[in-house]
Amino acid sequence: MNRQGFWGEVRKNKVLLMMLAPAVLFFLLFAYVPMAGIVLAFKQFNYDGGIFGSPWNGLDNFRFFFDSGNAWMVTRNTALYNIAFIIVNNVLQIAAAILLFEAVGKWFRKLTQTVMFLPYFISWVVVGAIAYNLFNYDVGTLNSILTAIGLERIDVYNTPSYWPFILVLVSAWKALGYGSVMYLAAITGIDTEMYEAAEIDGANVFQRIFHITIPNLYPTIIILVLLAVGNIFRGDFGMFYNMVGNNGLLFSSTDVIDTFVFRSLTTSNEIGLSAAAGFYQSILGFATILLANYAVRKYDKDHALF
Amino acid sequence: MSATITNETTALTRKGAGKKQVDRLLLTVLGYVFISLLAVLCIIPFLLIISSSLTEEAKIVENGFQLFPTAFSVDAYTLLFKYPAQMVKAYGVTVAVTAVGTLAGLFLTAMTAYVLQRKDFKWRNKFSFFFFFTTLFSGGLVPWYLMIVNYLDLKDRLIVLILPMLLNVFYIIVMKSFMSGIPEAITESAKIDGAGDFRIFIQLMLPLSKPALATIGLFIALAYWNDWYNALLFVSNENLMPLQYYLYKMLGNMDGMRRAMVSSGAVVTMNIPTESLKMAMTIVATGPILLAYPFIQRYFVQGLTIGAVKG
Repeated sequence: MNRQGFWGEVRKNKVLLMMLAPAVLFFLLFAYVPMAGIVLAFKQFNYDGGIFGSPWNGLDNFRFFFDSGNAWMVTRNTALYNIAFIIVNNVLQIAAAILLFEAVGKWFRKLTQTVMFLPYFISWVVVGAIAYNLFNYDVGTLNSILTAIGLERIDVYNTPSYWPFILVLVSAWKALGYGSVMYLAAITGIDTEMYEAAEIDGANVFQRIFHITIPNLYPTIIILVLLAVGNIFRGDFGMFYNMVGNNGLLFSSTDVIDTFVFRSLTTSNEIGLSAAAGFYQSILGFATILLANYAVRKYDKDHALF
Repeated sequence: MSATITNETTALTRKGAGKKQVDRLLLTVLGYVFISLLAVLCIIPFLLIISSSLTEEAKIVENGFQLFPTAFSVDAYTLLFKYPAQMVKAYGVTVAVTAVGTLAGLFLTAMTAYVLQRKDFKWRNKFSFFFFFTTLFSGGLVPWYLMIVNYLDLKDRLIVLILPMLLNVFYIIVMKSFMSGIPEAITESAKIDGAGDFRIFIQLMLPLSKPALATIGLFIALAYWNDWYNALLFVSNENLMPLQYYLYKMLGNMDGMRRAMVSSGAVVTMNIPTESLKMAMTIVATGPILLAYPFIQRYFVQGLTIGAVKG
């Protein structure tokens, strides 16, 4: 009976199921089968055996990953960078959105918004070219300026301590336009009656911003931040790879889980180690996103992911 | 008595108004200064690249890159356009990948979204979760990489630049929520007339979804145009290098750049202006986006706003 119901449903939705088939196949091939491939983390990989035929080696890959100290370093870097990105990017984007809405004329707003959105459209490779233009030791613009005013050149690509600042700036630069448009949309959605009421009560613009605009943005801010926190263990590979590349001198302050996994796979060819680090990241990421979603759910059910 | 009170209140209001005006002015000044500063910081890197690409190589070696060209020269561009073989090839790959990937990806995104928003489809939530779960958990880079290289055997084939990015769960969700906003009555009457699900999708839903298709199509096209990651992982054949990856390679090493110019027809002994050439290549690789940008920017803003409202 139940079985008949199932096949009946299949027959009834034959066309719809066929329309869904390509996407289902896509996610099976590129997401679900690879998920089963996490067994590699517990194996000594060889090409003859492949994912499922290689011999098991227990927790050796993980032991190697954790004992080398790399696990702690890349986890710390990934989390700290993402925390810095979340704070700096959101503060800048909110400030820009409020000022775009409250302080400047329409024509100026359109123009500057267009300009600020530009970095979002270029690839990380081009950002890498910009970094090269700015920071190259011999011909970089920064050193052109420093030598022109009689100061010492600085060797950015050999100095790990500069990079946290550079990467935070680059991230803010690229995300500013996108984020401020989002916040601007949220501000535009605020009920104008509240502003009128504040006006009648004699509030000045700053009071209005701090007592009406920002509190009204709290839901948007909390949700965006929580969702970003859910991804705190996922590094932006494109950014780190194009800014730093395989420059080992900088790894202590720039290596994130994603770049470590990539290098273990492609450069040093340690497939087991790479799979173990990737598995570790997946579990960590899964746990944090569940937690973040739980937090969003508690705060506002409608905005939870699931 | 009452007259004094009125006087006092008007004086107060006037004073308040004056104070308010000062605040307003302060905010306006702050706004223009702060926003101008941000906008300038956003545009300067692009000006630097343009200026550097137009500076004489000898001057760059002597003084480094500058915001304004100290000695104007179009040598880098002349060389690029005189021996364009490699660059043209990379352009061809990128244009083909972007065109095919965007069309196929957009069609599949819309088709999937259409089924998932059909309220009479009993399993829509189960399938939605099947797709959505992939954003929460993944097997990581290694199994995905081995799947593509060892099992699907896609290494060094053009399709490897298209296939892995074909579908994105986020776009399916946005598309789905857009389509579920289209009144059911429209498709209902077609169904009564005996139109099949696929025909309803093609003839009714696709035309009605034009705004969402335009926005999502642009996001997909931008992702394909800017992609270098799949090439980094899966392409070693120089004929299959897309533009961004080609640029990445050229920025990485001057020897590679020299070799590329030579294989494009330049003479080995030629003095190649590597620094300005790197910058000129960056401009040529980004050019179409910079040119199309003013016209398409609007759609991105719209798309983001749809996404923001929907959450």
